[in-house]
Amino acid sequence: MIRKLRTGGFHLGMSLVALLWLGPILWVVSMSLRSFDDIAANGVGSLPHSFTLDTYRQAWTDGGQMRALVNSMLVTVPSVLLSLALAAVAAFALARFRIPGRRTILLLMLAGNLLPPQILLIPVNKFSELIGLYDTLWALIAVQVGFGLGFYTFVLHGFMRDLPGEIQEAAMIDGAGPGQIFGRVILPLTRPALAALGALSFTWIFNDLLWAITVLRTDDRMPVTPALLGLQGQFVSSWNVIAAGTVIAAVPTVLVFLRFQRHFVSGLAIGAVK
Amino acid sequence: MTVLAPTESPRQRPAPDRKPSRRRPARRMSPLLVAFVLVPFAVESIWVFWPALQGFYFSLTRWDGLEPPQFIGLDNYAEMAGDSVFRGALLNTVIWLLLFGGLSVVGGFGMALLLQKERRGIGFYRAALFTPVVFSLVVTGLVWRVFYQPDGLADQVLRTIGLEHLIRPWLADPQTALYAVILPALWRQIGYVMVLYLAGLKAIDPALHEAARVDGANGWQRLWNVTVPQLRGVNAVVLSVIVIDSLRSFDIVWALTRGGPYHSSELLSTYMYSTAFQSLRLGYGSAIAVVIFGLALAVILGYLVRAFRED
Repeated sequence: MIRKLRTGGFHLGMSLVALLWLGPILWVVSMSLRSFDDIAANGVGSLPHSFTLDTYRQAWTDGGQMRALVNSMLVTVPSVLLSLALAAVAAFALARFRIPGRRTILLLMLAGNLLPPQILLIPVNKFSELIGLYDTLWALIAVQVGFGLGFYTFVLHGFMRDLPGEIQEAAMIDGAGPGQIFGRVILPLTRPALAALGALSFTWIFNDLLWAITVLRTDDRMPVTPALLGLQGQFVSSWNVIAAGTVIAAVPTVLVFLRFQRHFVSGLAIGAVK
Repeated sequence: MTVLAPTESPRQRPAPDRKPSRRRPARRMSPLLVAFVLVPFAVESIWVFWPALQGFYFSLTRWDGLEPPQFIGLDNYAEMAGDSVFRGALLNTVIWLLLFGGLSVVGGFGMALLLQKERRGIGFYRAALFTPVVFSLVVTGLVWRVFYQPDGLADQVLRTIGLEHLIRPWLADPQTALYAVILPALWRQIGYVMVLYLAGLKAIDPALHEAARVDGANGWQRLWNVTVPQLRGVNAVVLSVIVIDSLRSFDIVWALTRGGPYHSSELLSTYMYSTAFQSLRLGYGSAIAVVIFGLALAVILGYLVRAFRED
C-alpha cells in the first residue's frame, strides 16, 4: 500500500516536472501555428483559436531562415568533418606512438579548448580581417575547427589509448605503416567515439552564436542563431512568425539528436566517469 | 563545450594491462606521424594559442581597431576599478555563478538520484529533462521570451493561481531581469548536469551499497557515506563544466536582454562583447576578457588544489 502511494507520488511529481520542461516548447510550437489576428485578439497566453502554416512561409522566405539554414549547414558539416579528421590523426599519433612530449602536447591542446572564448574574440576578429577572411563562412569554419580540436583530440586519445596493442603489432608485422594502421585498424574501432563526438559537435557548432557574430557582419551570411535574433527585429510583435522561426532553428539539432540519441547522451557523459 | 577526463570507467582498468606503452612500438618517427601531430597543433595555434597571447597583450593597450594599438600599461585595469558598469557586471557574474551553478548542481543531482533506477516511465522523464539541451541558447531564449511576454504564459499562470499583483514586465524590470534570464539557463543546464550524474551513479559499484546496507546504513547514510564520496570525480567535471559555462554565458543574455535594462542583467561576457565590438574599445574589452580568464582559472585551480590535498 505504502509502496503504491510512493510510486503514485513519484509519477505525479515527475509528470509535473516533465510538463514544466516540455510546456514552454509545446507552447512555442502551438504559437507558431496561430494567426496574427488570433494572437492580437486573444493574447499570446491564450490557447489557439486558429491554425495556419503561413507563419512558416513568412519565417522561411521573408525572414530569411532558409538562407540562414543553408549557411549553418555550409559551416557545420565541413567544420564537424574537418575537426574530427584532424583530431583523429593527432589522437592516433599521440596515443599509439611514443612521440616525445606527447603528454604535454595533449594537455596543451585541451587547455586551449578550456580557455574562455572571450579572450580570443578580439584577436580572432582582427586576424580574420588581416588574412582577408573576415565576413566569410571560411573564417567561421576555421575558428570552429581550431577551437574544438583540443577537446576532440583529448576524447579520441582516451579512446584510442585503450584499444589493445596486439592488433597494431600484428599489422606492423605484416608491414603496415602508420597511415595504414590508422585507416584500416584504429579508425574503424574508434567509430563509436566518432559518432558521439560528431553528434555533439554538430549541435555545438550549429547552435553557436558568439563566434558567428565575431567573424561575420553581413546579414545574408549569418547562420541560424544570429538570424533568429535578426528575425525578432524584423517581425517585432509577430510572435507567431518568431515562434515559427524558432521551431525552424531547432529542427536540425533535434533531428540529429533523435538519429544519434544513444551516441549523443554517451558523448555528453564522456568524462563524467573517471 | 565540456571538460573531460579519461574515458574509461574504473572497473575497466585492470592493473596488469596498463603497461601497453612499454610494448608500444618505439620505432623511428615517420614524417607522416609528425604531420599527424603538427598539422592539428598548428591549426589550434593559429586560432587559439596565438590569439590568446595577443589578447593578453591587447589588454595593455588603448585601441579603437583602426589605428594601431597604443601601449598604456595597466591603465585599463585601473579604469576598471572605477567603472560602475564593470562592477555591476562582475557582481552579476558572481550571482550567476552561484545561482545558476548551485541550482543546476542541486537540480541535476536531485533529478539523477530520482531517475537513476530503471522503472516504468523513467525513459520519458529523462528525455523530457534532457530535451532543452539539444536547443541552442538562442532558441531557448526565444522560447522563454514568448513565455515572459506581457499576458504570456508566466502572467497567465500567476493570474490563474491568484498572484496577479506579482505580474510585471519580467525582462524589462531591472529588479527581475537577471533572474528572468537565469531561469531559462537553468532549464537547459539541469538536464545536462543530470546526464553527467546519471553516468557517475551508474559507475558506482553496487557491492559498496550492498555492504553498507548489511552494516545497517539507512538511505540517507548510504547517500552521504557511499554515493557522494564515490562521485568526487564527477563533481570535479561538473564543477569545471559549470564554471566554464557560467563565465561563457552570453547567448542567453544576448537573446533575452542584451544586458539591459540599465545593465541590470549585464554579465562580464556581454559587457566585454559590447565594449569591444559596439563601443570599439578593443583594449578595454581585452582587459575584461583577461578578468574572465582569471576568474575561470582561480575557481578551477582553487577546486583542484583542494581536491588534491584531500587525496
